[in-house]
Amino acid sequence: MKLETVIAGVTFQNPVMTASGTFGSGMEYSEFVDLNRLGAVVTKGVANVPWPGNPTPRVAEVYGGMLNAIGLQNPGIDVFMQRDIPFLKQYDTKIIVNVCGKTVEDYVEVVERLGEESAVAMLEINVSCPNVKEGAIAFGQNADALYHITSEIKRHAKQPVMMKLSPNVTDITEMAKAAEAAGADALSLINTITGMKIDVHSRKFAIANKTGGMSGPAIKPIAVRMVYQTAKAVKIPIVGMGGIANGEDAVEFLLAGASAVSVGAMNFVNPSATMEVLEGIESYMKQYHVENVTELIGAVKE
Amino acid sequence: MRQKQKAAVLSQRQTAPEIYDMWIETDLAGEAGPGQFICIYPKSESTLLPRPISICQVNEQKTAIRIVYRIAGKGTREFSSYKAGEEIFILGPLGNGFPLQKGEGKRVLLMGGGIGIPPILQLAQEIKGDKQIVLGYRDNHLFLKEDMEKLGAVQIATEDGSVGVQGNVMDAVRQKGLEADVIFACGPMPMLRAIKAYAQEKNIPAYISLEEHMACGVGACLGCVVKTKEIDHHSHVHNARICTDGPVFEAEEVEI
Repeated sequence: MKLETVIAGVTFQNPVMTASGTFGSGMEYSEFVDLNRLGAVVTKGVANVPWPGNPTPRVAEVYGGMLNAIGLQNPGIDVFMQRDIPFLKQYDTKIIVNVCGKTVEDYVEVVERLGEESAVAMLEINVSCPNVKEGAIAFGQNADALYHITSEIKRHAKQPVMMKLSPNVTDITEMAKAAEAAGADALSLINTITGMKIDVHSRKFAIANKTGGMSGPAIKPIAVRMVYQTAKAVKIPIVGMGGIANGEDAVEFLLAGASAVSVGAMNFVNPSATMEVLEGIESYMKQYHVENVTELIGAVKE
Repeated sequence: MRQKQKAAVLSQRQTAPEIYDMWIETDLAGEAGPGQFICIYPKSESTLLPRPISICQVNEQKTAIRIVYRIAGKGTREFSSYKAGEEIFILGPLGNGFPLQKGEGKRVLLMGGGIGIPPILQLAQEIKGDKQIVLGYRDNHLFLKEDMEKLGAVQIATEDGSVGVQGNVMDAVRQKGLEADVIFACGPMPMLRAIKAYAQEKNIPAYISLEEHMACGVGACLGCVVKTKEIDHHSHVHNARICTDGPVFEAEEVEI
């Protein structure tokens, strides 16, 4: 059985990755998951300088999912290069670094620093975080802005560039096409869907930021639909995510057109979720006599 | 590899309105210290996230953990329906508990307020020192009072004045003229703020257990942070993670 999948020239030993922001840089989960068995660790977003993030409460549960507004708290690229990269290099898995910023220059600064590190296989550019006021989402909700930042990053990047798209747009395929036209090597989708929760007893917002990004199994149908539409609209490969909890969920994303998948909020529900997703893909392949996981990509019957 | 573990409910009873007292059979009991917590995973697929609940007590054989919790939402409501024999999934013990050595040979005030009372029980059992226990309740539903009385002198404060001193734990401390060299406390934020101020006034250390909404419970999601005086070691900002850097902090370290 072949589990390898190739995205933008990078070969991943299997299609199971970790969704940015749900897995830190792997350190905390290395007690629960053999990182050597992951297709890739996609790190928490890293900026040029440390970001303190948003006030608490930052997380709230909603039916079948959760809201978060962490606000991209991160230690900045210096600490990340000194601590997180050497940690991840110990493992036989690919490293994808999620990059965030407030301005194009911020992103480029991080991208250039990461270019010095050959262990980084790919960059994922966060232009879709709904929880920070400057940067991030501002680049991901306007096709021209997305085109501009993608081409600037591509001019400076040593590694393949994957743009992470927001679902909080009228037509995700417009954004996908803009990123592709600007030279993006891959796309990842979806980031969280902006939501809100109000406690009717206290009449307060459940999250200090008022709005938060929704994730978890409840958003999966939206994510599958967007992966399908995007896969039809562009030629570059897609990493699909949104509420993946088990192997069958992952296969659903592959059938919709994703070349790999990321497990996000479900890491919180089950620290071993990534391994169960991987084993679930393998048992699906056995059950349906699929020799090569790539046979599943976009294989939904029209 | 660590993972979610199966455990079995040994017993459960309601001990006050909305307050439940449950014993859980688990190997994790052997590693559990006072002030640490476990995550319990609800079974309903609509309530996904684990519920962090403090460890109230560990039995002598170290085969079971006791939790005492308040129904705060759908997850804890589900837990309250469990009967003996129910199989559940838990993760833990998590976090850093109370630093017991800081109380050795000292006059120690152990203070619990409301649903912050449970972790004080195991602490009272393990701490070596001249201890006084002060418990704050809303009213005359004095859950865990009898267990505490087996371990030391107990002062009670109630918000409605039905038992003991009317007011909160600090009112009880001042009215009874209690003196201490070190404080250990768990309870609602206004109580912890008052304790921090009192400890500053007396120039004594206070170790306080904090809570915040959590998602992962293991330090990855950065949901449950508290502002800190110094730069934190994880994100190099001023945010410690309550789940892994705490939940117990020296009051001076945190901006509450």
